[in-house]
Amino acid sequence: METEKHTKTPQELKIHLKVNEQSYTLEIEPWVSLLDALRDHLGLTGTKKGCDHGQCGACTVLVNGKRINACMTLAVMRDGAEITTVEGLSEGGNLHPLQQAFIDHDAFQCGYCTPGQLCSAIGLLQEGKAKSLEDVQDLMSGNICRCAAYTNINAAICELMGIEEKGGLI
Amino acid sequence: MNRITYSKANEVRGAIHEHSITNKAQFIAGGTNLLDLMKVNVMQPEHLIDINTVGCDGITQLDDGGLRLGASATNADTAYNELVQQHYPLLSEAMLSAASAQLRNMATNGGNIMQRTRCYYFYDTTTACNKREPGSGCSAIKGYNRIHAILGMSEHCIAVHPSDMAVALTALDAVVCVTGPSGDREIPMGSFHRLPGNTPEKDNTLEQDEIITSITLPRSNYAKHYSYLKLRDRPSYAFALVSVAAALHLDEQQRVLSASIVLGGVAHKPWRLPEAEALLIGNPAVATHFEMAADKLLSNAVGFEHNNFKIALARRAVVRALQQAVSKQAS
Repeated sequence: METEKHTKTPQELKIHLKVNEQSYTLEIEPWVSLLDALRDHLGLTGTKKGCDHGQCGACTVLVNGKRINACMTLAVMRDGAEITTVEGLSEGGNLHPLQQAFIDHDAFQCGYCTPGQLCSAIGLLQEGKAKSLEDVQDLMSGNICRCAAYTNINAAICELMGIEEKGGLI
Repeated sequence: MNRITYSKANEVRGAIHEHSITNKAQFIAGGTNLLDLMKVNVMQPEHLIDINTVGCDGITQLDDGGLRLGASATNADTAYNELVQQHYPLLSEAMLSAASAQLRNMATNGGNIMQRTRCYYFYDTTTACNKREPGSGCSAIKGYNRIHAILGMSEHCIAVHPSDMAVALTALDAVVCVTGPSGDREIPMGSFHRLPGNTPEKDNTLEQDEIITSITLPRSNYAKHYSYLKLRDRPSYAFALVSVAAALHLDEQQRVLSASIVLGGVAHKPWRLPEAEALLIGNPAVATHFEMAADKLLSNAVGFEHNNFKIALARRAVVRALQQAVSKQAS
């Protein structure tokens, strides 16, 4: 579904974003967040707006391989970036192993935080800093889940990282 | 959010010049604090100057054995940097206790020490706030002041500086390197942030159009015995109620050669008193002496209706942090 822009404003800047391996050229106003650019201008509504203030992590995407909150940056600031959203995790009809692990471990209920959890977890995997369940809990703390699926989210992540689910806080 | 205009700066001088000739311009780096404040109309620039690509993102060793942290290097890159972890693990520990992984990937070193208070009234434009609107009053003094200051307050403002990095930088005697229209200068970390006094709208001592280019750390004796103790409502992703950066340099008999003790979460700036640290020098690194230093550091502490607990908590936290520093095991 595409959102039609009704007015062309003089402040638009032209930027290039490569999202999920596809190149886009956008004419976009400076005040538009990367999150709004992805959802409203590119129609990629998998990434969610939870708080719009960098506090919930529902908008987590990967930019040049690093996980960030898309609501807390402007699209124009990310000109030229390579971005991965939840839509880009699966290949063809095949789920990413993390997506499969989320299903296997019942790691989502309403599903609203899930795209952010997935992108954040992939960022975590790539950072390579988590060695224990306690590390996973701490390093995933930027993703909030109202359904409290935390235990199962962490179990899915631990399975993928080969971490034993022992100890941990709480 | 304001209908801002935006430009990307290529180098420092150009960025400063543009800032000096543009009405209501603001530098933006990570944007994790600025954009948040713009969304609630607390800060309302009309033009943003992106300084991420002005060449200040490196972390480099200095000839005298110190380290230079580029102002636009991310907090994550800095905290995980091999040299930082090896020579300044106190800084790494403090930075990794802050925010979330996503925010650490975005936030920059310069931006971190520039971040503004989390005071609820500062954030709420329907309330009186002398920091946001000088002369309008302070809603926190007789309001809900759980996260507010117990030291260094004025009748105009009891806000707290929320940065963990700033506390550790203070403990490590960092220097903030800035460039402005009249050239370069260096500001010792202890003088970078201000007390509110009569002008709470000024968080720090940067002058008009100045930009932070790097933060330097001198050679340190604090890579072995250190601790950043952060006390907060949740074990992760929360600001400090009270935090302590504690570092000790001990001789073979475990007597204190030098000490650095800085409090976070309690004042408009990281709170450090050389007189408190002096009480430890030459003495065994044990609780009785730590308690004396804590008492000195917290002398003149005054609580408000909802934050009185911070005084005793900070006292105990100083002792515990110093004990943790003594028995720190290299990981």
